[in-house]
Amino acid sequence: MSSSLPSFEPRGHRPKRFVSPASIMIYSVLVVAAIYYLIPLYVMVMTSLKGMPEIRLGNIFSPPVEVTFQPWATAWNSACTGLYCEGIKVGFFNSMKILIPSVILSIIIASVNGYALSNWRFKGSELFFTVLIFGAFIPYQVMLYPLVIITRELGIFGTLTGVIVIHTIFGMPILTLLFRNYFVSLPPELFKAARVDGAGFWRIFLQIMLPMSLPIFVVAIILQVTGIWNDFLFGVIFAGTKNFPMTVQLNNIVNSTQGVKEYNVNMAATILTGAVPLLVYFFSGKYFVRGIAAGAVKG
Amino acid sequence: MSVSRRPFAPLRNLNAKVAAVPMIITVLVVFVGCTLWTVVYSFTSSRSLPTLDFVGFDQYVRLFRTSRWTVSLKNLAIFGILSLTFSLVLGFILAALMDQKIRFENTFRTIFLYPHALSFIVTGLVWQWILTPTFGVQKVVRDLGFETFNFPILTDGRFTIYAIVIAGLWQGTGLVMALMLAGLRNIDDEIWKAARVDGIPTWKTYLFIVIPMMRPVFITTLVIISATIVKVYDLVVALTNGGPGIASEVPAKYVYDFMFSRGNLGQGLAASTIMLTTVLIILVPWALLEFRPRNRSGGASK
Repeated sequence: MSSSLPSFEPRGHRPKRFVSPASIMIYSVLVVAAIYYLIPLYVMVMTSLKGMPEIRLGNIFSPPVEVTFQPWATAWNSACTGLYCEGIKVGFFNSMKILIPSVILSIIIASVNGYALSNWRFKGSELFFTVLIFGAFIPYQVMLYPLVIITRELGIFGTLTGVIVIHTIFGMPILTLLFRNYFVSLPPELFKAARVDGAGFWRIFLQIMLPMSLPIFVVAIILQVTGIWNDFLFGVIFAGTKNFPMTVQLNNIVNSTQGVKEYNVNMAATILTGAVPLLVYFFSGKYFVRGIAAGAVKG
Repeated sequence: MSVSRRPFAPLRNLNAKVAAVPMIITVLVVFVGCTLWTVVYSFTSSRSLPTLDFVGFDQYVRLFRTSRWTVSLKNLAIFGILSLTFSLVLGFILAALMDQKIRFENTFRTIFLYPHALSFIVTGLVWQWILTPTFGVQKVVRDLGFETFNFPILTDGRFTIYAIVIAGLWQGTGLVMALMLAGLRNIDDEIWKAARVDGIPTWKTYLFIVIPMMRPVFITTLVIISATIVKVYDLVVALTNGGPGIASEVPAKYVYDFMFSRGNLGQGLAASTIMLTTVLIILVPWALLEFRPRNRSGGASK
């Protein structure tokens, strides 16, 4: 149906069906649900644009009378986390320093693992894979303390390297599963033909498998970027005070017990922290859903 | 066996083995080794440092005598049951509505799913702000003229866990909806046509035909949500920090606090072993169900 047609032109039964009681019910439920999901975002944005006096007087749902971007500037540059008052930007750059190497490293390792598991099975590989997948369900708390000891012995506890290694380890099950399932689904003839031509393990991977794997890499990147950015637990334990990621700093800013609570600054800091995964989500829509579905596939 | 072409067994596929070294180390050292370490040391008297002084089940006995732990377990049960029930029911209803060939499907999906992109810390802080009595919902309703309206969900310990449920559902229902929608789309149209021909009402078709057919999707969803429920930590830290008092403590937070800030390692390790047991109780029956009959070919993931 072309949208250039004027809407009053007679068009059979469609308009009637569109306002049937059933569809009215469907849309009203969906709209009510949508409002519930949007309210927190709305409240966050509105609050972050108000001055403190207006917050104390007004209600949280009313739009700001006088829009101010001061809370955003404060949140970014000078909000206090613990002893320091350098704003959430410190956390932002820490998160970036953690995010970029973690994503690259975990995806390289997982893609090679997935490739080895799908095309070059060796004795015991299925067993390792099964344990790996089960490992994804073990609560992190069970492995935390021994990992603290291990990283301390390796001299990487409280460093960026430490937290990057931890993210790589805990990203491995789901990513390996993702890549294995993808490589298994590629036509085996390609692999066989390359072997006949004498290509080895790495050459087949780099020259044949990789160029065909863009979609799954996109999905893996989305999963890892949102997952690592949103992490709190590993950051607070393994990164060390100087390297706290944005989530940890945000919590320190908002839930610090000292001083007057600057709700507008807090909300601006919250939006800033949520911005990266939200942007990823908005710009990758379909792939994000696919990533979630892929993360949910059975082993 | 032609020796010239097939190398000696341990060297066969050497490259693949080398490539799998990070995975093998992770499995052996982290997933198996660290878990065993925790279980073993949970039977010792370790305080701020691990010691191999075995005391049997003492740590567990002490754990279950601690009100903070029993409150944590109770909260986890409330949070778990409510989150599971509501996210499955609401997620399925939303998915079923979205499946009615509606307009603006992408818009609705985007709206329902965006909270899932946000961290639990962000989710917790936003809902903390909305539910704060002095500014949030309570004040808004009072300003509307209902001056005696009380909504002390964050300040009255009896209700705090429900605040965590509300925030958790906001963050997680979209994921359930997306999974259910994918499941619904996999149902053959012929089934719907057949049901219509037989004159079966829509709700009955869903309840007695479609939902039973979606069993694998439900089970996968159930396992995924359960695994995140047991781990719930960030959300509580951001929303209530376990308060008021110990009203909204959860096991994962108990473990963290006793291991890293109170220097009572034995308690933390025993508590985390209980968490592990809980997950195994969920996981083992599922794994048995899922992996026993392997003749079912295809499936969502091959």
